[in-house]
Amino acid sequence: MATAVKGAARTAPPLPGPERPRRIRVLSFSQRLSRWDVKVSPYLYISPFFLIFAIVGAFPLVYTAVISFMDWDQIRQSGEFIGVDQYAWILTQPAFWVALRNTFSIFLLSSIPQLILALFLAAVLDRNLRAKTFWRMGVLLPYVVAPVAVGLIFNALFADNSGQVNAWLGMIGIGPIPWHVEPFWSHVAIATMVNYRWIGYNSLILLAAMQAIPRDYYEAATVDGAGAFRQFWSITLPSLKPTLIFVIITSTIGGLQIFEEPRMFDQFGEGGSANQWLTITLYLYNLGWGDWNFGRAAAMAWLLFLIILVIGLVNLFVTQSLVGDDGGRGPKLTRAQRRALRREARARRAGRKELRR
Amino acid sequence: MSPHTTRLALSSTALLAAGALTLAGCSGSESDRASGGETTELTISTFNDFGYTDELLQQYTDETGITIVQNKAATSNDARANFFQKLGNTGLADIEAVEIDWAPEMMEYADLLAPVPSELADRWVDWKNAPVTNADGQLVGYGTDIGPQAVCYRADLFEEAGLPTDPEEVAGLFTTWDDFFDTADEYVEATGQPFIDSVNSVTQGLMNQQDSIYEDDDNTVIATENPAVREVFDTVVERAIPVAKYAAQWSDDWYASLANGEYPVMLCPPWLRGNIEGEGPDVTGWNIANVFPGGGSNWGGSYLVIPANGENVEAAQDFAEWLTSPEVQLQAFENAGTFPSQVDTYEDEALTSATDEFFSDAPVGQIGADRAEAVEVEPHKGPLYFQIHDAFNNAIQRVFDGTEPADEAWDTWVSEVDAL
Repeated sequence: MATAVKGAARTAPPLPGPERPRRIRVLSFSQRLSRWDVKVSPYLYISPFFLIFAIVGAFPLVYTAVISFMDWDQIRQSGEFIGVDQYAWILTQPAFWVALRNTFSIFLLSSIPQLILALFLAAVLDRNLRAKTFWRMGVLLPYVVAPVAVGLIFNALFADNSGQVNAWLGMIGIGPIPWHVEPFWSHVAIATMVNYRWIGYNSLILLAAMQAIPRDYYEAATVDGAGAFRQFWSITLPSLKPTLIFVIITSTIGGLQIFEEPRMFDQFGEGGSANQWLTITLYLYNLGWGDWNFGRAAAMAWLLFLIILVIGLVNLFVTQSLVGDDGGRGPKLTRAQRRALRREARARRAGRKELRR
Repeated sequence: MSPHTTRLALSSTALLAAGALTLAGCSGSESDRASGGETTELTISTFNDFGYTDELLQQYTDETGITIVQNKAATSNDARANFFQKLGNTGLADIEAVEIDWAPEMMEYADLLAPVPSELADRWVDWKNAPVTNADGQLVGYGTDIGPQAVCYRADLFEEAGLPTDPEEVAGLFTTWDDFFDTADEYVEATGQPFIDSVNSVTQGLMNQQDSIYEDDDNTVIATENPAVREVFDTVVERAIPVAKYAAQWSDDWYASLANGEYPVMLCPPWLRGNIEGEGPDVTGWNIANVFPGGGSNWGGSYLVIPANGENVEAAQDFAEWLTSPEVQLQAFENAGTFPSQVDTYEDEALTSATDEFFSDAPVGQIGADRAEAVEVEPHKGPLYFQIHDAFNNAIQRVFDGTEPADEAWDTWVSEVDAL
């Protein structure tokens, strides 16, 4: 294509001399092709993304939006328009609110310990260890295990009667915990699966950020007599802020969409007899693939989208107030200072234009 | 917790919609259906193990020259998801296996299935046909196997508890549900151990003996007003929960206890024998009593159906007719232990002489035939059966776990059913 573009430049009509009248030339087909090439190709090159997005992104969005207002029969591909009934139905279901509660509970139970442990692990890995790569790969290992496999393994561990966890707890004198009966304990068990998988991943991200902190800071702090803990608190943590925000946002989105672990938590995969560990995505799945009610499932999907949107905005405001400069380098400026800088730049530009004239 | 789960959820939504897109694009391609006759290959989808070995299918190829391709799904649930995603569109095999549990959901779309020639109807035990007969009395499914239940028990544990051990005598203990629960109480009192594996199996047995349960014949939901359902609930709560080890089957705990030989009694359709032996091959003392409390009760079984818009409907009908003939089903029984639903097989020496070594050489063929004939009713199950029954089992589970007292669990169930 590059040659075609060059060709277009070469065959372009020569600039008319000052005294010769400008002639209108009929372009040959190949010339016209070259011109189209210049105009159209860029769009063509980026079109695959938009085509694929239209098929797997935009179409499903519109499709779910449409059928969420219908009583939809997926098999006959037909339905009846019923307005917002599906949304109203979901919002009046106790199961929906229980699912919302469970989702947040599991999210908090997994995200908070996960972050703390990941920070701790990263701090340990940041030290001068022997066989660094071995340890780093080691913490990532659980991440490689498929979530469904994690579910199967932890299911056996967390079985109420025959599970190892209760056997171990029994050894230290703690009575058997009803993992599959009490909502709180089921959330703890599920959060454990999530943590198992994601702690290593998050520690590596945090580790990468830690290694980017200039070592001079630590040297200076050591000279000033700061201990390891003080260094961690006053140098490492503040420098990690942007990365922490990234980790928090991704784990929030992931946490709101938690699915495999609760689905694998018992033999039925429907969230428990009293919806103890029913999450929003699991509820969506039950509505769609359990009841074959895709209109309802679509409405649920849009509700989930709205929930995530709201949480995302809350997240944004909170983190923005925590760190004003969204992780960018350079000094933090007040609004007045920024305005002053902009004025200065404008003045400089105007000055240059003046000179050219 | 991750961008990955995010992506997964997104992609599954996308998949659903993309699937819908392709489906929408494909509907209306019915015109290219072949007129039959020149078929050289047929496909059949089954799940678990139907006993259709390559040798068995080869017989049909030898007779007709048609090659048979069998796709096996791992579980009935996988098969269900696949079936409903493709029904009415393209992508289904010429013959699809359908489990009785989701046959009621399928019957809403009975018009999308090819009918079974009416002269074949007498081939099956009559209650086998009811779930796959449409409102006009047209049969749309070819019955394969059934699950006539007997009572499996551990003679050694019975002896320890001071109960009789001989199958005939044991059968005398379980004629009615009252007798069954009395024996259970006696056992629990003598040993302090649970008597039966799960409450759900009792619920299943009781429900399948009612004339009507959750939906009446025109699929109106009557579950919450039906006195028979409330009676089952009360019986189960008062008598089955105290003597059962677990509320539900198939959990990790349930399997562990099965392997440890902790159940003296299990309500036992023929296919469950495979699980009992497979999970606890070292457990000894299993035997089978030729009885079921309150008469006969069926649990499980499957059908073959033919999607009406397939390319080889007529050839598929011939093949399904051959496959569900008494002779071929007897071979399947020998291959995989799937108990035939064909009446003629019950007189056949190959079936009546069958015994099971693991179950103290119990005459499993004769027991199955007797139990199949003892089944009197099969309650009507409509499109909502699966969900209502599921919610019912959850209510029982809540009572079992102590999450809710019985009345509250019932009320919760009523409100769940009303919301459907």
